[in-house]
Amino acid sequence: MKSLEELRAIRERMQRQIDLREQSDEDIRVVVGMATCGIAAGARPVLSAFLEEVSKRGLQHVAVTQTGCIGVCRLEPIAEVYVPGEEKVTYVKLTPEKVPRIVAEHLVNHSPVVEYTIGAAE
Amino acid sequence: MNFVRSHILVCTGTGCSSSNSPRIIQRFEEELLAQGMNQEARVVKTGCFGLCAMGPVVLVYPEGAFYTHVTPEDVPEIVSEHIVKGRIVQRLLHKEGESAETVTSLSETRFYKNQFRIALRNCGVINPESIDEYIGAGGYEALGRALTEQTPQQVIDAVLASGLRGRGGAGFPTGRKWQMTHDAVSPDGVKFVCCNADEGDPGAFMDRSVLEGDPHSVIEAMTIAGYAIGAHQGYIYVRAEYPIAVHRLEAAIGQAREYGLLGRNIFESGFDFDLELRLGAGAFVCGEETALMTSIEGRRGEPHPRPPFPANKGLFQRPTLLNNVETYANITWILNHGPEAFTAIGSRGSAGTKVFALGGKITNTGLVEIPMGTPLRTVIEDIGGGCPNGKKFKAAQTGGPSGGCIPADLIDTPMDYDSLGAIGSMMGSGGLIVMDEDNCMVDIAKFFLEFIVDESCGKCSPCRIGTKRLYDLLCKITDGKGTLEDLTTIEELCRHIQSSALCGLGQTAPNPVLSTLQHFREEYLAHVVEKRCPAGVCKNLVHFYIDPGKCKGCTLCATNCPTKAISGVVRSPHVIDQNACVKCGTCMDHCRFDAISKH
Repeated sequence: MKSLEELRAIRERMQRQIDLREQSDEDIRVVVGMATCGIAAGARPVLSAFLEEVSKRGLQHVAVTQTGCIGVCRLEPIAEVYVPGEEKVTYVKLTPEKVPRIVAEHLVNHSPVVEYTIGAAE
Repeated sequence: MNFVRSHILVCTGTGCSSSNSPRIIQRFEEELLAQGMNQEARVVKTGCFGLCAMGPVVLVYPEGAFYTHVTPEDVPEIVSEHIVKGRIVQRLLHKEGESAETVTSLSETRFYKNQFRIALRNCGVINPESIDEYIGAGGYEALGRALTEQTPQQVIDAVLASGLRGRGGAGFPTGRKWQMTHDAVSPDGVKFVCCNADEGDPGAFMDRSVLEGDPHSVIEAMTIAGYAIGAHQGYIYVRAEYPIAVHRLEAAIGQAREYGLLGRNIFESGFDFDLELRLGAGAFVCGEETALMTSIEGRRGEPHPRPPFPANKGLFQRPTLLNNVETYANITWILNHGPEAFTAIGSRGSAGTKVFALGGKITNTGLVEIPMGTPLRTVIEDIGGGCPNGKKFKAAQTGGPSGGCIPADLIDTPMDYDSLGAIGSMMGSGGLIVMDEDNCMVDIAKFFLEFIVDESCGKCSPCRIGTKRLYDLLCKITDGKGTLEDLTTIEELCRHIQSSALCGLGQTAPNPVLSTLQHFREEYLAHVVEKRCPAGVCKNLVHFYIDPGKCKGCTLCATNCPTKAISGVVRSPHVIDQNACVKCGTCMDHCRFDAISKH
């Protein structure tokens, strides 16, 4: 170890991993439906895309998790985004290509991508 | 790139390890691979979570689901339900009490809510075998800043200002110890830093858990201490009975050397420091500072009189700084958060927090860290969950064989150095043994004394002979042969041992006796005058009787009696031969008519 900078570089790299173990009510949660219907419709690449985007941008306090069948199988892959203090937003018929926009506009800038939501699809 | 979205934390402390956690880890790794989740979920070995009674424990993030009593057979279900489908396995979640709701989040439990973790901050959070995770949690920052931005005196001033007192038991101000060792002149400039990890009190496992869960915090603090006092070599004296702690320390020292955080020219500051382990063979007296250093020198672990104090003439006759594991574990937190943050926690004269190993008749056996001054009631009733089976809390024993008892009527005593000292107990290293109505206080005093008699090194006669005589007198009482004069002799002998023993071990050895005499004198009197043990523990004072009115003559007791002490004819009342009875209580357990009683 030569310098504090070197130490801090390691810390930053590791912090992102350890952050996963810190829970707070301030966390944004992205929940991807991963039941049989979701997986058949392509939820796994969508989940991977979320993980990739979140990690690429180094977003902290974002948890990407999964859940079972939400009930509207025909609209899978589905992801729900919970931002503390805001209403839950349900995105439907997702593809990996749609994910970066959701991350950029909704998770970062708190403005839901209306055209991908369940409201727009119905 | 790897996108891990879930961490599965499995406790690998001694408690959970002994209940199969290594196998659980292995099963998780196999299952994650089998179900194709090994890229998304990572298994992390951690140190002790504290809730040892519930082990093995598994914590799954990001949900923070806290699973208790996990078995290797549960692993496939956790992986397929929780990791693959995102459904928390409800049946394994931690429950508080019989009827309470399941709790998903760890921080919401009554066990954790009243705690404040400084020394245990990383235990159960990071992987103790990964220096990167320790650095990720802010580790080695304090060392880096101390070496590059602060003078040794500034470091000592911060420790002084924090009001930190030694966590090994005596409570000597840590900053003053550092200052004294810093100011001491060594004939050849050599000084040493030592860590006392020879935790020997029955029922205490705080230091073990820190070493197992966060070894780098001790290594970092010792290096800082070396810089502060001007030492370049440190020794950690750790019990050989702590194999996991020894293994993690060795691994951690190796990693620190690899990263250049131990060795030459640390942070290019020109400061050299290195650490070595010394394994103790399990002698209790080697936890006494002078005996510990004698043992490190390779000689027989016996204490010698002070002064000279280690700060002036310690290891190899050089000025030596010796602190306890938990004391060191507080240092980097203080330097990172500032001494003011530390003094803001705790009570007057006792800043910060204290870790207690909660054991005995308590529901949540485990490790707790509370702000100093927290009432004992909070620890017993809220954190500990009270005595199991609805029994009544009788007393808590702190400080192990050197400490004393806190009776139930003093349950609101704040847990800090001065309050505990005032009622004849002591903080001690942190063992907290809870006793309920079924414990006999004379028997407890005898237990601790027996420990001391075994562990006395034999160098001075007050300890070698005095504690043995004291033990004999207590045996006489529990045998039902005690007299009132014996009580006077006991007290007199206690005072003599206190004032004349060579080291702290002997001087404090009478404490459990004096403290039980002070708070439970009526129990001693019952043994001596009435020849009766109120708790029904002392075998020679207990007699089993069969109530002829209730006995149906079913012969169950007679069949099961191991010494054939019960005689009688079928369908008529049986009788116990008191001379043949070994008071095992088997008859009482087998009687279906509640006809057998204990007096």
